[in-house]
Amino acid sequence: MTDPTRRDGEVKQRTRGGGTLRPVGDGFVNLAVKEPGRFFALCLDTFRAMFKLPFQWREFIQQAWFIVGVTVIPTALVAIPFGAVLALQVGGLIRQFGAQSFTGSASVVAIVREASPIVTALLIAGAAGSAMCADLGSRKIREEIDAMEVLGINPLHRLVVPRMLACAFVAVFLNGLVSVVGISGGYVFNVMLQGGTPGAYIASFNAIAQLPDLYQAEVKAFIFGITAGLVAAYKGLNAKGGPKGVGDAVNQTVVITFMLLFLENFLLSVVYSLLIPQKGM
Amino acid sequence: MGVEIKVEGLTKRFGRQTIWQDVSLTLPAGEISVLLGPSGTGKSVFLKTLVGLLKPEAGHIWIGDRDLTRLPEADLYETRKLFGVLFQDGALFGSMSLFDNIAFPLREHTKKKEGVIKNIVMEKMELVGLLGAEAKLPGEISGGMRKRAGLARALVLDPEIILCDEPDSGLDPVRTSYINQLFVDLNAQIGATFLIVTHDINSARTVPDHIGLLFQRHLAMFGPREMLLSSDEPVVRQFLNARTHGPIGMSEEKDLSELEAEAKMGHDPGRLPPIPPQLMPSDGRARLAQAAPGAWLRANGIQAPPGSFIDDAGVNWTQEWPRYVAAQQQPVAAPPGGGPQ
Repeated sequence: MTDPTRRDGEVKQRTRGGGTLRPVGDGFVNLAVKEPGRFFALCLDTFRAMFKLPFQWREFIQQAWFIVGVTVIPTALVAIPFGAVLALQVGGLIRQFGAQSFTGSASVVAIVREASPIVTALLIAGAAGSAMCADLGSRKIREEIDAMEVLGINPLHRLVVPRMLACAFVAVFLNGLVSVVGISGGYVFNVMLQGGTPGAYIASFNAIAQLPDLYQAEVKAFIFGITAGLVAAYKGLNAKGGPKGVGDAVNQTVVITFMLLFLENFLLSVVYSLLIPQKGM
Repeated sequence: MGVEIKVEGLTKRFGRQTIWQDVSLTLPAGEISVLLGPSGTGKSVFLKTLVGLLKPEAGHIWIGDRDLTRLPEADLYETRKLFGVLFQDGALFGSMSLFDNIAFPLREHTKKKEGVIKNIVMEKMELVGLLGAEAKLPGEISGGMRKRAGLARALVLDPEIILCDEPDSGLDPVRTSYINQLFVDLNAQIGATFLIVTHDINSARTVPDHIGLLFQRHLAMFGPREMLLSSDEPVVRQFLNARTHGPIGMSEEKDLSELEAEAKMGHDPGRLPPIPPQLMPSDGRARLAQAAPGAWLRANGIQAPPGSFIDDAGVNWTQEWPRYVAAQQQPVAAPPGGGPQ
């Protein structure tokens, strides 16, 4: 047995050696290098686990159903004012140009191309991601995740992959839902309240808009879903320190996911406008 | 029939804080070991490291011929199927009923039919006394029941190694005795290697074949039960006899001045209490790995404290043991004395 006091001395010396700036430096390294590093490690592990059989269909369907449950109504409710506000603003402006018959096409472009991925991102991050993170986080602090690993089951394969794919799967449909509801909202607003003509609204749909607009929006939604799922999984699986830790993890999930999704949205929009020739320009 | 776990020079740190270092011990195949230590000495961390949930900073963990610290992930998951682990709070899946929880490993790892699974699950639930609670959710039952359900789930794949994190915390003394008896019976039946982390001195004194004590970031002692129970080492002596006199203080460890003051006071650590006989399996047989009472003491020329190995019924197990073992050789012979309970 070694002398305990001597060992204590060693520990103290080592801590003292760092200087006062050490915590700041550590914090910066952690934020800039370690956290993103661990996040990408989790992403890679998850993608590897994705191709492992058997696929967890049951979990996937349950989770997809759960995400639908928490997102559909808020999404529809957010989409209506979005469409209406677009119709209102654009409609007013466009009338001054005497191009009122193009309100429809303006709504379609604005909603399908940009608004619906954004609304989807908001809901996927805010509702689905937070719920998923809370679920995984509470499992983590109750040691369920550890128990699962000890039972020889990879939680990434069993829990994270189905959740991430369910999130992406539902996001694709949410995006469609936002487009439909948003355009309907715009239609109602334009035709019933601003005195536009139904024929013009519908006829002008494909004046500027084109089918790839919808495709790119769906691709965006899919990527948003994957991102939200991964961030929620990362934050949830690294929750620690009891219930408060889960709360913090959920909070960080929402913030990080928002930032990532807006960044991704911007990047994808730029790439899209470069790759696909725009109509009427 | 049980697997040996060999730990060599294991060190675990969290950041710059050393949890324990240079822990070396061998959990012999098919024997029951207990790991003791004051609160916060990293016993649970040790358990989690043993199953590969935490990576040690240094050292090796040999499970049979595999080094758990170096295994690739796929092999790690495969190796973990050897383990049954009971977590501190049972770690049941909150969204599943008790039945589904216990059936979970079977459904994930075996291709057994639902009927077969049901039989196995019911058998294990009966073993831990949870029949009738199959449909309950973990949130609806008491902590003790959760713990027993966690144990049933740990047992369902017939593991070679069973690790238990404080099986007796939150259980009443009667249930603790039942759980202890269950461990001994299970060990007799399936011959798995057990490691039990506990605070309960009574369990620690009567259940295991080997005892280890973690203190001040290292393994203070690990060895046969009789070695630790007869040890004069201050830490071991203090802990196993639950005294305030010794190097362990209220906040982890006493400092030098306190120890000096104590030495000046001249406290007598007291005589060693008698070593109790080991808990016997309830079917009146000896466990395969069980050593004769007092064998280690005799081999090392140590005099057992007076009154050792005598159970509540007044049976002296040093004398009873040969007869007990002989009785086992004859299949129909009735067990003498019914075991020391």
